[in-house]
Amino acid sequence: MRNFVSDRAREIPPSGIRKFFDLVMTMDDVISLGVGEPDFRTPWNICESGIYSIEQGVTSYTSNRGLQTLRDALSARLASQYQLKYSPDDEMIITTGVSEALDIAVRAIVNPGDEILIAEPSYVSYAPCVTLAGGTPVPVECTEEDHFRLNPDKLLEKITPKTRALIINFPNNPTGAVMKKEDLEPIADILSDKDLLLISDEVYSELTYESSHTAAATVKDLWERTITLNGFSKAYAMTGWRVGFLCAPKDICDAALKIHQYVMLCAPVMGQVGAVEALRSAEDEKTSMVNEYRLRRNMFVAGLNKIGLTCHVPEGAFYAFPSVRGTGLSDVDFAERLLKEQKVAVVPGSVFGRGGDYHLRCAYAVSRKDLSEALTRMETFISGL
Amino acid sequence: MDDKDRELLRILEENSRLSVEEIGSMTNLIPAEIEARIHALEESKIIRKYTTVINWEKAGNAEVSAIIELKVSPERDFGYDRIAERLSRFKEVRTLRLITGTYDLQLMVSGKNMQDVSRFVSEHVAPMDRIRETATHIVMKSYKENGNTLFEQQEAERLPYSF
Ligand SMILES: Cc1ncc(COP(=O)(O)O)c(C=O)c1O
Repeated sequence: MRNFVSDRAREIPPSGIRKFFDLVMTMDDVISLGVGEPDFRTPWNICESGIYSIEQGVTSYTSNRGLQTLRDALSARLASQYQLKYSPDDEMIITTGVSEALDIAVRAIVNPGDEILIAEPSYVSYAPCVTLAGGTPVPVECTEEDHFRLNPDKLLEKITPKTRALIINFPNNPTGAVMKKEDLEPIADILSDKDLLLISDEVYSELTYESSHTAAATVKDLWERTITLNGFSKAYAMTGWRVGFLCAPKDICDAALKIHQYVMLCAPVMGQVGAVEALRSAEDEKTSMVNEYRLRRNMFVAGLNKIGLTCHVPEGAFYAFPSVRGTGLSDVDFAERLLKEQKVAVVPGSVFGRGGDYHLRCAYAVSRKDLSEALTRMETFISGL
Repeated sequence: MDDKDRELLRILEENSRLSVEEIGSMTNLIPAEIEARIHALEESKIIRKYTTVINWEKAGNAEVSAIIELKVSPERDFGYDRIAERLSRFKEVRTLRLITGTYDLQLMVSGKNMQDVSRFVSEHVAPMDRIRETATHIVMKSYKENGNTLFEQQEAERLPYSF
């Protein structure tokens, strides 16, 4: 029989943590700092609204774009919170998580052979999405010296006549880095000058600990060349509800909508109903989750530095990204031995692309008790090296 | 009283047994400052007490509790204060509040058993001057106390790794 797997599917490398996953499944008593999602339950009023809507028989497709009430509420919220202006009627699509929003955004703009720049270390799905759309992912490294922010000079170096767009994600998974307005301005100048598009994944926008988030599309004249992606997964502890959104100028939004209507039809209606409730009345709960993450971050990052894993202070998301250079081990070896010997699961930084090697992604979305136990185990591990 | 104080209060309200070192690493405040702030909060009686939430039923020492509602004729010059303060001196009265609605005062009372509670109400509360009417509701089961749920919740299943 022929091999029916397409070349494109084959081109996608296997997941960098498959072996860790298999290993952890055979072990008990593991503390996992490897989970990229909130440890909180979805606030109950959101759950309740979903349950109620099901009881009321709200179980059908919604319009392709998503529930009008959700788009209206979202449009108002983006305007009041970030001065981000998107029309709910033709500049916004409710998607099945940021995951889908990313996919349709990339497919809406990429022609075969286009180069798409990706600020790395980055979330693992960007490069495969670009590959699947027929584009070529090109990493731009964000270095520790730059506090993992995107350096304009490094960006310029990677731009060629084939470059079409740049994908960024701040606050960042896996580094926790944040780009403020003044950091984004020189990037905006380059994008305008070279006539490039920006895809900005802002799914951690609500999780910032030192200053409030700057939406990329509000910087200089980026709006007209930006696709903003965001969602409810992280801010409201709603990962399983699968709701995100894509906002973009009308022509791009129309193109993305064509793809969305054929591949997804619409985002799950219960998720959309929950999202309406999240915007309406979950602000206090969101704030207390953010406060708790901040406390955990402070204690965890202080603890890492104390045991000799130097770590810049991550200003957003819920990841610490310490360096293991001082230990003489690679990130993959460190992570594997730490799991086997002390039963702490972390993700090796090299999984997240350029600039990630010799680092670990430690998600602090776990209880303080587990965080401090993890620190104790990590200290034991390091002192035994 | 500032945001840092309020942050300390939130932390202590959730767990008052944390050491100042632990609180320090969470808040980036130095231990001496935390001690000083907590001391001031205690002095000003914003912090009233450090206590423990116990599931006595599980500890084999279940008590019977009742909600008692009272209609009270207020006193000239004192309103409800004098009678409320008098009632609160009884150790059986765990919580006492002035409320709106049909009744005026609401008490949470507890005792070793049903007889204890009913004796307390009939001998000490009901005969008091100015109490016009009482309604007693025995608590059958408690699901949540002071923000703490008392039933076991299933741990949600989480993947060991996700990106
Ligand atoms: C940077 C980033 N983008 C997108 C996603 C996916 O989010 P969603 O649940 O909205 O699909 C994640 C989830 O971990 C993420 O970290």
